Amino acid sequence: MNPSHAKLAEAFNADEKRTDWHDQTLWFVRQKRDKAAHVLPEWEKLRQWASDIKDHTLSNLDVYLAEFEQKATANGVQVHWALDAADHNAIIHKIIRDQGLTRIVKSKSMLTEECHLNDYLQQSGIEVIDTDLGERIVQFRKEPPSHIVLPAIHLKKQDVSETFQEHLGTEAGNYDPQYLTQAARIHLREKFIQSELAITGVNFAVAETGGFVVCTNEGNADMGVHSAKIHIGCMGIEKIIPKAEHLGVFTRLLARSATGQPITTYTSHFHRPRPGQEMHIVIVDNGRTRQLGREDFRNSLKCIRCAACFNTCPVYRRSGGHSYHTAVAGPIGSILNPNLDMKANADLPFASTLCGSCTNVCPVKINIHEQLWKWRQVIAEEGLVAPSKKYSMKMMAFVLARPSLYRIAGSAGRWVMRNLSFLVKVKSLNPWYKQREMPDAPKESFRDWYKKNKEV
Amino acid sequence: MTGREKILSDVVKNKPTAIPLPVLDFKSIDQPFDILETFTKYVQAVGGEVVHVAHEQALLQQVTNERSAGKYIINRVPAGGQVDDVPVDPAILESVYRAYIKGSFGVAENGAIWVMESAMGNRILPFICEQLVLVLHKTELVANMHEAYASIQIDKEGYGVFIAGPSKTADIEQSLVIGAHGPKALSVLIIM
Amino acid sequence: MKVGLFIPCYIDQFYPKVAIATFQLLGKLGCEIIFPQGQTCCGQPMANSGFASLSGGCDKNFIANFSGVDYIVAPSGSCVLHIKEHLNDGKSPAEAEFIRTHIYELTEFLTDVMKLEKLSARFPYKVGLHNSCHGQRGLHLSSMSELVAPAFSKPAALLNMVSGLQLCLPERPDECCGFGGTFCVFEEAVSVKMGVDRIKEHESNDVDVITGGDVSCLMHLEGIMKRKGSKTRVMHIAEILNSEL
Repeated sequence: MNPSHAKLAEAFNADEKRTDWHDQTLWFVRQKRDKAAHVLPEWEKLRQWASDIKDHTLSNLDVYLAEFEQKATANGVQVHWALDAADHNAIIHKIIRDQGLTRIVKSKSMLTEECHLNDYLQQSGIEVIDTDLGERIVQFRKEPPSHIVLPAIHLKKQDVSETFQEHLGTEAGNYDPQYLTQAARIHLREKFIQSELAITGVNFAVAETGGFVVCTNEGNADMGVHSAKIHIGCMGIEKIIPKAEHLGVFTRLLARSATGQPITTYTSHFHRPRPGQEMHIVIVDNGRTRQLGREDFRNSLKCIRCAACFNTCPVYRRSGGHSYHTAVAGPIGSILNPNLDMKANADLPFASTLCGSCTNVCPVKINIHEQLWKWRQVIAEEGLVAPSKKYSMKMMAFVLARPSLYRIAGSAGRWVMRNLSFLVKVKSLNPWYKQREMPDAPKESFRDWYKKNKEV
Repeated sequence: MTGREKILSDVVKNKPTAIPLPVLDFKSIDQPFDILETFTKYVQAVGGEVVHVAHEQALLQQVTNERSAGKYIINRVPAGGQVDDVPVDPAILESVYRAYIKGSFGVAENGAIWVMESAMGNRILPFICEQLVLVLHKTELVANMHEAYASIQIDKEGYGVFIAGPSKTADIEQSLVIGAHGPKALSVLIIM
Repeated sequence: MKVGLFIPCYIDQFYPKVAIATFQLLGKLGCEIIFPQGQTCCGQPMANSGFASLSGGCDKNFIANFSGVDYIVAPSGSCVLHIKEHLNDGKSPAEAEFIRTHIYELTEFLTDVMKLEKLSARFPYKVGLHNSCHGQRGLHLSSMSELVAPAFSKPAALLNMVSGLQLCLPERPDECCGFGGTFCVFEEAVSVKMGVDRIKEHESNDVDVITGGDVSCLMHLEGIMKRKGSKTRVMHIAEILNSEL
């Protein structure tokens, strides 16, 4: 079992300067998002529209999926359905194997991360080159991405420089992002031009037209796809939107929420393969229909993966994506991952102060912090919290439901803190005291004061 | 049961009761603004430049000059003179110095330009060239993405793309670098 | 106007001065105050830890204590939000409903019910305002930096009525302090780091006092500041609004 978020976050915080840097870098992205949102007086209306479109779509998802499949097939696209990650990986593997392909490029797709496609293919001796710069960096380092939009945001340019020195032969000590990016450009252009198969994610799939939209800034999805003989787009069932006109709403929200850009550099619309090319779509469930059935959590499926909730989350900014030990980190990950594996991810809904900022920045109005609260109830109900926590909560509830017991416990507690404070001040037993003083324990409670002074 | 049937039946079993599709009154959010000025501002904001030319003759002149300077130019704009066929092989296209492509229209709110497959000749051209020039007429501008999608049929051709600025990345410490994999420069040439 | 004073358990035990200030302030403004003696806790510590199922006893006790008043007021946004969102009792649904809709956080009560426009308080210090998340994003005591909406702040408007007071906002005006209930012990490292960062911003404004509407946030910040030997103090907003020199 993974170490918990709290443990990993503590390790992350051991280097305070680096934590500060991580926090400030992501806060800067949040500020860019604010500026971009404030340019549009209709921002809140757009969020509401986006939310309403997604609510409607989820309530008719079977109809739209079938419509999408029918239109896409008519467009000459081959549609596949995958029940889970294993299915998804097997479908892609089969296409690769049947055609005997070896040169494979992939642009950023959180779904393939969720399904651990690279690892799976690697076990069959097939190498996939990630082509998003950030993804390529973490792939060289054999790390997972730490952020769904900014995969290498946890790394400093010195780290990237060392990685590129090792893998691309760049000069030692050259930390210039321009220089490093140019090196990656040369390396990856060679991969694009030779590629036989290109895998991409899908940002939006339009039921009305059977096409799909992929958004990138680097142009890596297009470079790969337009070179390769085969294009495979991988999408979760929740990527569907009903009509082309809805793209107007989502493209206005997505990049502004993600990075504060008015739109991504490339918003590519794929409908038919180019002459001589094959185009495939893999439609994946992997727990999504189960989440659809959880009334309290189904609207997490509205997510468009902008990561605004990551950038605004004061906990994410100070704990880093890897502390969430899942493909999708951050607040949205903490409400999606317990659905995938409740036991392994039982710590995640507790990795939040429930401050609510995530809910406010969400472009599709997912009530993220309320769902974190609700997951806590489910996880406690399932018996997946530490027995000591459960016991102390039971004790607390018992005392607090009994006023006279509460009065005795309260004055006893204050007496202990005043007279036997060494008991409380054991850093290993009392996490509060590790880096914080205890509040002073007054001689009398308000209740005591009130009895003496209420007429004053 | 196939995967398809299983997924669809699980959706039917688990989906909430039908929620109506919202009515999107795009008119309600219309705001008057100077479209050309805003478009220019955003093209610059996304890393591109806007060049005004007085008439089509100027474009023809520019393309002709560049060709005679010996650069590998691909021109796809009829007003720029001879329209070139585009090679299929990306390895050849990699050395294209500058590509001229006709955009369908530009979007003022974000500086994006809609480009269709037929205008490109080869889907990879606007990505693989070193520098990209997108050509628009002054009248070919819309205010926002709602108007943009109202103006196009996204499935008219097999492929179409909104392009906003040159290829870029900020994946190394959030430092903006222009020219990630695609063009290192984007000019929007507006024929006034 | 009969006002039931709700003093959350940890304020009763550790910060009686905040309760006293609230009691005195409401008295000065002409409220008839009742302090039900059997009150304990709203049940939030259990609920936020995943044990809402254990807070039934607290709910029953709360309803028994606070039925029959016109309003319930507490100097804590967090506890008020919990009651508003989660107070329930199958046996007395009408009473629970009344309490949920008539419970107010102190600054909200002064602004929306008392419609306070001036205050005879004096506090000649530089004060930093900490917006608690439950007060701000939960109870909407002030506008939120994430939303595209007009700016307002109920606590700031009240503090601006205090003569001599110089109000300063930190650079990130509504970032969480990291208390977060049991988060403060189960995620100790991040919790403390969040607090440290809040304090740094306030201290760069050279404030004498950090104030706010939630004692829990202030207790957390105070704990860190004391350990660091900082000269900055924390005071609950009730103490400032009740101050006279």
